[in-house]
This record gives sequence, C-alpha cells and structure tokens, in this order.
Amino acid sequence: MSAPAAIRTRPARSTAPPSPATARRRRADRTYYLMLVPAVLLFTVFISLTGLVGMFYSLTNYAGFGDWKFIGLRNYTSMLGDPRILESYGFTIWFAVVTTVVVNAVALLLAIGLNGRIKWKTGLRGIYFIPMVISGIVIAYVFNYLFSTAAPALATQLGWTAGQSSILANENWAWVAVVIVTAWQATPSALIIYLAGLMAIPKEVYEAAELDGAGGWRRFRSITFPLLIGYVVINTILGFKGFLNAYDIIVGLTNGGPGTATMSVAMTIFSGFDGGEYAFQMANAVVFFVFTVAVSLLQLLFVRNREVNL
Amino acid sequence: MTTIDPTVTPGASEHIKAPKEEHRINWLQTGLLVLGTLAVLVPIYFAITMSLKTGRQAASGTGLDWPSPFEFGNFRAAWELTHFPRAFAVSLSISVLAVAGQLIVSSLAAYAIARNWHRRLFRWSYFYLLAAMFIPFPVVALPQVKLTSMVGLDNPLGVAVLHILFGISFNLLLYTAFLRSVPYELEESARIDGCTTWQTFWKIIFPLLAPMNATVGIFAFLMSWNDFMMPSLIIGDPSLQTLPVVQKIFQLKFSSNYNVAFASYLMAMAPTLLAYLFAQRWVMSGVTRGAIK
Repeated sequence: MSAPAAIRTRPARSTAPPSPATARRRRADRTYYLMLVPAVLLFTVFISLTGLVGMFYSLTNYAGFGDWKFIGLRNYTSMLGDPRILESYGFTIWFAVVTTVVVNAVALLLAIGLNGRIKWKTGLRGIYFIPMVISGIVIAYVFNYLFSTAAPALATQLGWTAGQSSILANENWAWVAVVIVTAWQATPSALIIYLAGLMAIPKEVYEAAELDGAGGWRRFRSITFPLLIGYVVINTILGFKGFLNAYDIIVGLTNGGPGTATMSVAMTIFSGFDGGEYAFQMANAVVFFVFTVAVSLLQLLFVRNREVNL
Repeated sequence: MTTIDPTVTPGASEHIKAPKEEHRINWLQTGLLVLGTLAVLVPIYFAITMSLKTGRQAASGTGLDWPSPFEFGNFRAAWELTHFPRAFAVSLSISVLAVAGQLIVSSLAAYAIARNWHRRLFRWSYFYLLAAMFIPFPVVALPQVKLTSMVGLDNPLGVAVLHILFGISFNLLLYTAFLRSVPYELEESARIDGCTTWQTFWKIIFPLLAPMNATVGIFAFLMSWNDFMMPSLIIGDPSLQTLPVVQKIFQLKFSSNYNVAFASYLMAMAPTLLAYLFAQRWVMSGVTRGAIK
C-alpha cells in the first residue's frame, strides 16, 4: 500500500555496492527509524503520557468533570482507611494466589498425563485446549447458571442439603466459584507451556531411570519436576500477573457480590467512572501499578536464583 | 532444500520403536484423562442443550436432560434481541484490525530493533516497549477512557488501537527471538541486488517470519475477539458493542429465559470454537511455538 511512496523517498543507489565494512559503520538507514516509530508513538501517547496524566490527577480532587485543585497525597492516605479498597486487595491477592496454585497443579498433572503412553493423544489434547478459545464473560454466564440453578437442583434431587443453596450467593464461598471458572479458562495456556517443557526432556533420561528401578513418583520427583521448574516459574509469573487483573469472569459470575465479597481491584478502579471518585480511584490505580511492578520484580529476582538448565 | 540423510532423520529411531510402544498403552491413564474431559465438555454440553430447549423445559429441573422438543426459535429470538449481525460485524472488524495492526507494527519494530541492536536508541526502545508488560490495562484505564473520548476514538477503532498497543511487548519478544536466528547473509544478497531496507523487509524478512506471524496472529485474534474489559469501557455507543459485551448488556432482558440467553451465549462462542475445531492442528502448532520461544 504505502510501499512505493517509501521506496521513492530513498535516493537512487550508486551502481557500486557499498562494502560490508562501510555499510556497518554508516548511520542507520532512515527506514529503520520509520519502522520503529509507530510502536513507540502508540506506546508513548496511550500509555506513558496517559499514565502520567492519570498520576497527576491522583494528586487532585478531580471528580471526572468540573473544577479540581491539588490535595497532595490525601487520596493515598484515605485509601489506607477505606475498607472497600483494602478488602478488594485482600480478595484479589488471595484469589490470584489460590488460582495460580490450582492452575499449575492441574496443568502439570494434565501435561504429564497427556505426554504419557496414552490412546487418542491428539484428540484429548484438542479437547483440553478448548477453554482457551472461549470468551471469559460468556463462559462465566454459563457457569453462573450451573452454580446458581443446575447444581442446587441436582443437590435437591440427590437429597444433599448442603448443596441446595447457590455458592454464588454465599459471602464466604463465592470466591471459590470465581477460582473454578478462572482456572477452567486459564489451564490450557499453562498446559501448553508444560507440554512444551516435557517434550524437551529427552526420553533417554527416563529410560535410564527406569533401568535403575525408579518408580513413577520417584521419576516425577527426581527428573520431571526439577527439569520443569523453569516452566513452573514462567507459569507462576504469567498466571499470577494475569489473575491480579481479574475482571470479566467476576462480572459474569457475581458482579463483585454478594455485597462486595468478590470485588477485585480492577473492579474498584473502574468504579471511578461513576462515583465522582475519579482522582481517588486513580490513586488506587497508581498503588496497583506499584504493587504489580513490585510483584514482578520479586518474581524475577526469585527466578534468577532458581533457573535449572539441562 | 535440505538434503535428506536417513541416518540423521530425527524421527527415524522413534519409528522403529513405535510398534513396541503400541503394546504399552496405559489404559488407566487414558481412562482418567477421558474422564477429565468432562470438566471441559459439561459446560459446553449445557450451552448447547439449553439453547435448544423450550422456555418451560429450560426453567425446570437440573438442566441435564436432553432437549425435547427441539426449539430452534431460540436462536432467532437471540439473533434479533442482541442484534447479532451488528455485534458480530463490530467484533470481527476490531479483531481483523487488531491482528493486521499487531502483525505489521510489531514485526516492523522488531526488525528495526534486531538489526540495529548495537545502536543505543534501538536497544532502549526495546526495553521501553517491553515495559508495557508491567502495565496492566486497569492501571491506565481511567485516563485512557478520557483520552479516547477526547480524540474521537471512543469507538471500535479505538479498541483496535488499544489491542494493537497492548500486544506489542509480547509480540516483540517473539519476533526478536526469531529474527536473531535468521542469518544476515540472506538480506546481504538482497541488498547487493539493490533492495532498499523497506523492500528487503517485505520481500525477504516478512515471508520468513511466517511461522511467527501465525503465532502472533492466533494470539492477537483470540485476545481481541474475547476481550470484554476494553470494549466495555472504551466504546461509548452501546449499539457499537462487541459480542461479549452485548451478552452483558442484554443480561436483564434475558432474565430467566435461559433458553434464549444460552442461544445467545452459544452464538457468541461459536465463531472461535468452530475456527478452532477446523484449524486445530494449525492453531496448536502456532500456540506451542509461542510457548517455546
């Protein structure tokens, strides 16, 4: 489309090709800069500058419209005393930790199973990857029906009294439903990474272990797990960071309820659109950003000491 | 292209072993894994059967029963209620723009960076762009919504732009890793023949990137098609909303008409699900490539 125009902007080449040495020493071709511009420009306008503007507003009492004035760090200090904010952090962190553990355990187990000597390998893998292609909020609505209507009805039929009320309406246990659906959707991506890791382990290692008389559990503990630890770390980092942003599945399941029992940080931040709390929630967003970066750096630090190579 | 030498063909030794392993299929393990697929299939079973039930049948019992009689009218009801064709068109245009944009913007940037790694500006740009991985959307959501509505991007186009942007860091990682393994000699000869950088990229590099393009494209499409957060916040006009967001908008209208609601959910899931079923092998190899890099 724009190729001819770009070609024309370059001066005609001299007939003698430049020697590799001069080509390397020369200033970078202007085309390279043009190639980089769209990405850097988009990033700068939509993230860097926008983020800085947001940070600036977090120091004001801006309600999202009208006048505003500087109030220093008051938004940040009042955040500390706001139970709604503190609870959303508590829920989100707890949810992210539990989901990370569940997803990794299930995915690792499935990966080992799917990598073994089984029948219908491709078909089974194909089925286990399905959740990856389905929209979070849509499947959350399906599960919403399962939890709130189908499961209680089934419990009634079976005469199981404890299961007759919906888990989604239970303030203490609604988070479990959120974990289940999130894990349902997130397991395939972790599974892919574990399968890739397992395929990288040479078969000979297992054959040697088998000859030495190592049983299944022993082989897992002494070979598979140590060799996969790098992949466990990758999955933990990627998963945990993603789960901290929990939003669409919660919207479809509980919408933050019952009460505010499953309000995630993302949901509280977005409430800044309509409560006249723009600046306050912007402060929340800044804190959330610092928290995310701190978690990522901690994890990277941890990885550095743990990397295992074949 | 490559010379075929039977002694070093990687699959050869496994071929000889294959018949022996056939006898050692672990049926217990297979059985457990088959049982486990229920976790994936049951919700999908519900989505399909509920959407085919009459209103009365859908509202009664556990929902596990098979639909009788079949009520295909649910799909028409959902189709009309949610303005399915419009929502589908919006979702599709956002996804197409996002995929094309991510492929072009990220591969161009990755090429420029990979070939100028020794220059400080390019190296710094790389880390600058990679930093986006540490910035989740909720952090910049509030000012971003203000910005997009200020510059007239509070529409599907704005969402596509944001999808492109939030994909760059991950794509950059994939592309630069791949480009490092592409020998420079390939380009050198094109340049000696008088190709400009721009021509070299489109004629030599971009086709070479094909496997990575497939991976980036699949991820970009899934991310864009299934996204709920950005369109729900960025798009101001509810009649220009995407398929996932439309499900939320009509939640109240569905109320307890589970059959119509599920018909709508199924139609929202169907496009990616069908695409996956038909292109499964291709999708899996693409996605696995992303995991290994």
